[in-house]
Amino acid sequence: MPVDDRTLDDATLEELREIAARYPEPRSGLLPMLHLVQSVQGRVTSEGIEVCADILGITAAEVSGVATFYTMYKRRPVGDYHVGVCTNTLCAVMGGDVIFERLKEHLDVGNDETTTDGRITLEHVECNAACDYAPVVMVNWEFMDNMTPQSATDLVDDLREGKEVRSTRGPRIATWREVERVLAGFPDDLADEGPAAGPASLVGLGIARERGWTAPGGEASGPTGSPTDSPGESAELADTSRAESETKQEEGHQDG
Amino acid sequence: MADTLTPVLTADWADEQSWKLATYERNGGYRAVRKALAMAPDDIITAVKDSGLRGRGGAGFPTGMKWGFIPQDNPNPKYLVVNADESEPGTCKDIPLMMATPHTLVEGVIISSFAIRANKAFIYIRGEVVHVIRRVQAAVAEAYAAGHLGKNIHGSGYDLDVVVHAGAGAYICGEETALLEGLEGRRGQPRLRPPFPAVAGLYASPTVINNVESIASVPSIIENGADWFASMGTEKSKGFGIFSLSGHIANPGQYEAPLGTTLRTLIDLAGGIRQGHELKFWTPGGSSTPILTDEHLDVPLDFEAVGAAGSMLGTRALQIFDDTTCVVRAVLRWTEFYKHESCGKCTPCREGTWWLVQVLTNLEKGVGRESDLELLLDQCDNILGRSFCALADGATSPITSSIQFFRDEYLEHLSNQGCPFDPVASTLFTAEGAF
Repeated sequence: MPVDDRTLDDATLEELREIAARYPEPRSGLLPMLHLVQSVQGRVTSEGIEVCADILGITAAEVSGVATFYTMYKRRPVGDYHVGVCTNTLCAVMGGDVIFERLKEHLDVGNDETTTDGRITLEHVECNAACDYAPVVMVNWEFMDNMTPQSATDLVDDLREGKEVRSTRGPRIATWREVERVLAGFPDDLADEGPAAGPASLVGLGIARERGWTAPGGEASGPTGSPTDSPGESAELADTSRAESETKQEEGHQDG
Repeated sequence: MADTLTPVLTADWADEQSWKLATYERNGGYRAVRKALAMAPDDIITAVKDSGLRGRGGAGFPTGMKWGFIPQDNPNPKYLVVNADESEPGTCKDIPLMMATPHTLVEGVIISSFAIRANKAFIYIRGEVVHVIRRVQAAVAEAYAAGHLGKNIHGSGYDLDVVVHAGAGAYICGEETALLEGLEGRRGQPRLRPPFPAVAGLYASPTVINNVESIASVPSIIENGADWFASMGTEKSKGFGIFSLSGHIANPGQYEAPLGTTLRTLIDLAGGIRQGHELKFWTPGGSSTPILTDEHLDVPLDFEAVGAAGSMLGTRALQIFDDTTCVVRAVLRWTEFYKHESCGKCTPCREGTWWLVQVLTNLEKGVGRESDLELLLDQCDNILGRSFCALADGATSPITSSIQFFRDEYLEHLSNQGCPFDPVASTLFTAEGAF
């Protein structure tokens, strides 16, 4: 279990103060500050609560009340990879329930539990705003779209073996702690990885282009109404992206 | 008559590196900001009012009118807060928008802040979408470097700072006053209104809270004019919107169309219901909007017509369920969600959603009794309209509407002493593939 009781050092305290200073009133920094505590200590520790309270001039009870309200804050150590299976209605019906049961069995853990090697914490999550890619699994809050029980078990096996895993619509997957640091407002260098959009995000646009449908005024394309520079090129890109993803999906289904 | 699909916000999503400033500017981005900064702020508000833009976060309140409520004689700072806490089940439009073209949102933030005379804006993004947060963080940084944000923007004398703020997991923070509590570093529990945020919002100062898609629509209105926007849509529901199709259809995804399109049209474009199956029920705008059935395929998807059909347009989150889906199971799962996400502030919601789950669980297992249906409706009656915010109202929607349309299916669980459906049949993989 990757328990890290490392105390919060001066550099972290400085960053916590820096977060509070982003806002007209320092207390607004509390949510990102708790994300930073998690990135350093792997959970919201008692020390983290007291340090935040001290910086903001509020009580530890007030910080604790916040830390226990939001589901992304964990009081118990989280593994290197947080695997969240959407089991809200639509994903559940499309296969999320089966995927979650399969992963519990495969990893031999229950909901919100961590594998004995400290690699994976499994949790069922609520709707993560990717319903057109159902069933959805989140790894460290990166999208893994169109999952099957087989692709999901392959995914967790790869994570446990330390293989590089890429989001289907994003970058290579960083550790949970690294991601918590981004949520605290300290960007990493991964913003330019991954596509602009997944295939489902582009289906309507693809149909509109095929049929020549645009917003009126002959100024259809773009938020400022300029014609697309090269619609052919864009359509081609969309098709390529779709084809690539369909191939992946097919592979996933075959595996399933 | 506008075309069937009208890509505006989605138009550049297929461009290579569409999230970068260079791509956005090549497509005409940030022209609207220059135009807006040369306008009087009140003229921008008038243009947005005249366009007929109504809030795209579900409630449909006229955006320009909301901006007009800001008391400009109030000595406190004014704030713009973007609600990017997209988490209503079924809703998945703001997340791809921020991932593909975050500068559309940033440009909208600048124009909207200038209109309401705010010098500080916040983009509150749910925490569970880290790549989207990265893209918005990067877009804001690029906008600063290019002089679109910061001091004296393009020599106009106008200053604006934008803070990207990550949430920490709470559906309730999509409710605007709960979002403000979260942004103030507190538990996300809704506030009693009045006072409304326009008068006493963030730090008790005048605050506009708008959905991502609403704000992202503003640059196009400024660039192309209010009349251009109003030429799309229906009489009282103007413009375009992103319709999100998910579930048992051939091609789920995002379809940007004028308001007033129909589910029949959209399902046709999406290649139909999953092969070999029929439409059973659907939500027009997320799980908080009462479910509809195949009787409602031709209802125009605008605020008025969906309301007249007994539901709400909501966020245009069209979740499609075919005949393999057990409606009781679907409704139970949504109810468990509302129970989990109830913030606990109001007793009817905190206690009521707990009881709804108890009764529904028994019905789903086939160990309840017929009178439980009346009990459920009675509980819903005691929850609806009796809490600070709309979460509790939303929790009753799937229950009352499903009993209205599928009472027999509830009873079948009792006569069958359990669910008559095979849950594997509703999944996307075959039984062999699943196990």
